[in-house]
Amino acid sequence: MILPALFFYLFAGVCVASAVMVIVSRNPVHSVLFLILAFVNAAGLFVLMGAEFLAMILVVVYVGAVAVLFLFVIMMLDVDFAELREGFLEYLPIGLVIGAVFLAELLLVGGGWVINAGTAKSITAAIPNNVSNTEALGLVLYTRYIHYFQIAGMVLLVAMIGAIVLTLRHKVNVKRQDINVQNARTPELAMSVRKVASGQGLQDVDAAEWVQ
Amino acid sequence: MTIGLGHYLSVGAILFTLGILGIFLNRKNIIVILMSIELILLAVNVNLVAFSTFLGDIVGQVFALLVLTVAAAEAAIGLAVLVVYFRNRGSIAVEDVNLMKG
Repeated sequence: MILPALFFYLFAGVCVASAVMVIVSRNPVHSVLFLILAFVNAAGLFVLMGAEFLAMILVVVYVGAVAVLFLFVIMMLDVDFAELREGFLEYLPIGLVIGAVFLAELLLVGGGWVINAGTAKSITAAIPNNVSNTEALGLVLYTRYIHYFQIAGMVLLVAMIGAIVLTLRHKVNVKRQDINVQNARTPELAMSVRKVASGQGLQDVDAAEWVQ
Repeated sequence: MTIGLGHYLSVGAILFTLGILGIFLNRKNIIVILMSIELILLAVNVNLVAFSTFLGDIVGQVFALLVLTVAAAEAAIGLAVLVVYFRNRGSIAVEDVNLMKG
């Protein structure tokens, strides 16, 4: 009984501590690495709550994709991050005040509520006891929430197309394959048969004329 | 002692506040702002999963999955916009973003 509590405090503590390090770290690369740590520990919290599938998805999607994307962008941009940090202390007091007020409000709300007795009756899809979390999620995701699932797929498709369209660059001086030009090429265009005089070479021929 | 719903909601609240604080503290660095938004969405997911588990309703986890999708899409688009902006202006400072100011 003590072990889940122990692991909860371990995961929650490391998660919150690395979230703090994400926002105060000087180097954005360190921020990304602490973000990874925060997400891995949040995945641990999900496992403790019994949402194993989401925990694994969190690790795969965030650590495997989003964090690597952040790292790529940070390394690709040649930015003086020390300059961007100016004003950190200037904003610290107002930020701390707003953060404290916000946290106090959230904790007051969190400490003051009770769950309505009618909530238990209005549950949409109860978690089944005899199947695993992944199967239980699949049982509702592909049946009752199939449209949400497909909309999520559309969101990802739009994001992919948008990111490609935004970052695609057409360079003018890059040789690209042109299928039409290739197919229109004939032996007459490609070759020319010349009689080469001995000791003269092909000096009179404009080489560029048939290198096409 | 047993870990209840309130514990997980507190973690969510703290993570959410840290995300808000991160946006305030790093007002010039848009990459850290994007990371703070990821933290906020993580806090939302913690809340959704906590309520889903403790109320015994799996819809919360379905919704957390959708939030995860949107967060990934948002990160991809945000970083793509950032790369394009850096190419055009040579800087990613937030206060330089004033081309559309009247």
